[in-house]
Amino acid sequence: MTKAITVSGLHKSFGRTHALAGLDLGVEAGEVHGFLGPNGAGKSTTIRVLLGLLRADSGAAQVLGRDPWADAVELHRRVAYVPGDVTLWRNLSGGEVIDLYGRLRGGLDQARRAELIERFELDPTKKGRTYSKGNRQKVALVAAFASDVDLLILDEPTSGLDPLMEEVFQRCVEEERRRGRTILLSSHILSEVEELCDRVSIIRKGRTVESGSLSELRHLTRTSVTAELAGTPNGLAGLPGVHDLDIQGRRVRLQVETDKLDAVLRSLGESGVRSLTSTPPTLEELFLRHYQDELQEEGAR
Amino acid sequence: MTAVAPAFAVRTGGSRQLAGTGTLLRFALRRNRSMIPLWVAINALMVLSMPGTLKGLYGTAAQRADLADQMATNSSLRAMVGPVFGESLGALTAWRIGVYAALLAAVMSLLVVVRHTRDEEESGRQELISSAMVGRRAPLTAALLTAAVANAVLALVITGGLAGQGATGALALGLGIAGVGMVFATMAAIAAQLTESARLARGLTSAVLGAAFVLRAAGDAGSSDGSSVLTWLSPLGWLENERPYAGERWWVLLLFAAAVLVQGMLAYTLAGRRDIGMSFLPTRPGPATGRLGSAGALAWRLQRGGVLGWSVGFFLAGVVYGGMTDGATDLVGDNDKAREIFQRMGGQSGLTDTFLAAMVGIMGLVAALYIVASVLRLNGEETSGRAEPVLANAVGRLRWAGGHLVIAFGGAALIMILSGLGFAVGYGKEIGPILGACLVQLPAIWVIGGLAVLFYGVFPQGAAAAWGVAGAALLIGWVGPALDLPQAVLDISPFGHLPKLPGGEMDWPPVLLLTALAAVLVAAGLTGLRRRDLST
Repeated sequence: MTKAITVSGLHKSFGRTHALAGLDLGVEAGEVHGFLGPNGAGKSTTIRVLLGLLRADSGAAQVLGRDPWADAVELHRRVAYVPGDVTLWRNLSGGEVIDLYGRLRGGLDQARRAELIERFELDPTKKGRTYSKGNRQKVALVAAFASDVDLLILDEPTSGLDPLMEEVFQRCVEEERRRGRTILLSSHILSEVEELCDRVSIIRKGRTVESGSLSELRHLTRTSVTAELAGTPNGLAGLPGVHDLDIQGRRVRLQVETDKLDAVLRSLGESGVRSLTSTPPTLEELFLRHYQDELQEEGAR
Repeated sequence: MTAVAPAFAVRTGGSRQLAGTGTLLRFALRRNRSMIPLWVAINALMVLSMPGTLKGLYGTAAQRADLADQMATNSSLRAMVGPVFGESLGALTAWRIGVYAALLAAVMSLLVVVRHTRDEEESGRQELISSAMVGRRAPLTAALLTAAVANAVLALVITGGLAGQGATGALALGLGIAGVGMVFATMAAIAAQLTESARLARGLTSAVLGAAFVLRAAGDAGSSDGSSVLTWLSPLGWLENERPYAGERWWVLLLFAAAVLVQGMLAYTLAGRRDIGMSFLPTRPGPATGRLGSAGALAWRLQRGGVLGWSVGFFLAGVVYGGMTDGATDLVGDNDKAREIFQRMGGQSGLTDTFLAAMVGIMGLVAALYIVASVLRLNGEETSGRAEPVLANAVGRLRWAGGHLVIAFGGAALIMILSGLGFAVGYGKEIGPILGACLVQLPAIWVIGGLAVLFYGVFPQGAAAAWGVAGAALLIGWVGPALDLPQAVLDISPFGHLPKLPGGEMDWPPVLLLTALAAVLVAAGLTGLRRRDLST
């Protein structure tokens, strides 16, 4: 697989704020890559560097094999971007803006445009100032999905959409993936990322703290196990990687680091298992774990 | 319960409608803490400096009587400034500057009112404020009170400052000017209910203000004592008919009060009958598909309204100035001091050419404001976040900026040519030389535009400083000659280096040098733009 985006050691400061402090990011061609992080972690700054709108202080970035700063215009022919906060011109209609963006990218699929407007239930004749936040986002989303590009960069594109439109959005992303397009999806709606993304990168304070496929990431985290046993549980407390063990008679609840699951199951099996539920960690737990570290650090200071 | 509910509703519908007005007023005054003082200061300075200037121009009683005679017979000049009602310095001050001070007060008032009504609703900020303990009528009331405070301060400063010429006349002039201000404050309050966009509300009110000026001008052109019906139809005409320093007619103030009251009530009624954010003139839907296909086409679409407005304005101003050239030349020719001032502005040659050159020079100075506004559209697009998605398409920064700059620099040429054609229509002779004179202003206008590009490209946070540059050039070019400032000061402005046309000698080196300088400034600004981060 070739890389659609490679970023290594990216630094960017605004005055005394270090927005990016050595960020790494790798996005394979054809994948949907989730880009996660709390507010202010540097997601939008990274995206603006990838679009050549900001110039990195140091570090390397390549998008579709090109330098995003030097080859911005050539690169943008193959990239569609949806900002998190879409502002439109007050006296241009949504339809005019969609067509303008399409032409500026070098082409718009008219059939797809019509279909998307229908699916997103967008009225393209309204003027920019009369659209709600969600509708402004739909304008940018229709323009992006109807463009003939290789890479879509979506910066929190669904923050104003209702659940129905969120569903439409997810289906559109699926379709784009099937067409072989690469998507970088910045979001903090974790269920959306879990649903859509092949791989995710979690960033915090301008650094990448975790990157990989969801199953890889889950491997590094804890699985919750609840079991009802035939006999008394034995020796669970001594097993490596077991946390929050709670034994009440024959009922056992525990959390175990996912790569240590095997030993726990064997130990439970020795006591005879009546029932067993095992829940893999959700992305939310994953995310919170990193975020809570940060909160604790701050609390310790 | 049913018996209690209506009583409760009536009570909440009463005084609670104004809940929070005080807080909103303080908040509005704070948000305007530099804008209102600036407007008041400029306006007051203009009025209070007038007696001194007029004393220099018309020092003797004979000169003043002469002026009054001339104004009685010259209808085109009366159209510009109105008739003379008295020969005291106070009366002449009220005559010369009253209408213009009232115009400024009206513009200040309409900007303040729209800023705190429709602007707030359009941006969505009002929703948040209205969700708090704020009565339904409080925002409009606070906006009108803010305008009232501004106009009251203005009236106070003018009354105090002119008291030396006679306190009664000063009070009449101050109240009249503030009265016009409040008439247009309430007018803006109505417009803010009618339209969905703040820009349109400002435009509508400005159009009414323009119509008021035209009515008064037409009335005064036809009558030398302000008694024309047309003059009485215009709030600006009421001001002159109030006759400050010339046998004050205090009852005219009742007209202002009545207009403010009626318009204010209409605004409240309209406001009470609509939902927040809604308007009586709905926005028409636009096309479902667009033809815009390039950054340049987008720039033109965004700026064409402005270019059209400036074009019409410059052409009409040319017609008006051209039309009054002969009359003004007679008037100026009889007064040594006035001739001297015009010669400093327009050069030493025949009086007509001198007057034309001075007027063309003023058009050039005003065109500098156009070019700054047009160039800074780039900054507006960038800071509002609209530039970002455009530049994330296959559009280079130079191409994007280039579209706006063609309109800025080409538009300046267009409006100067149109003002030249206007002069030709109004004056009826010398088309070639006047057009040449208009075109020779361009290098200086372009230098100001170039500075705006430089500021924007290299130091976008300070791009608004370009307004300061244009304002300084305007001040030096307009007021400088009257104050007899030394040439070294006049030379700070690029306009000071231009040949005085028509009439003077064409002088190519400064014209070419200024053009080259403008090109260098633009290039430097664009280089800066290419290298810097986009502000987001």
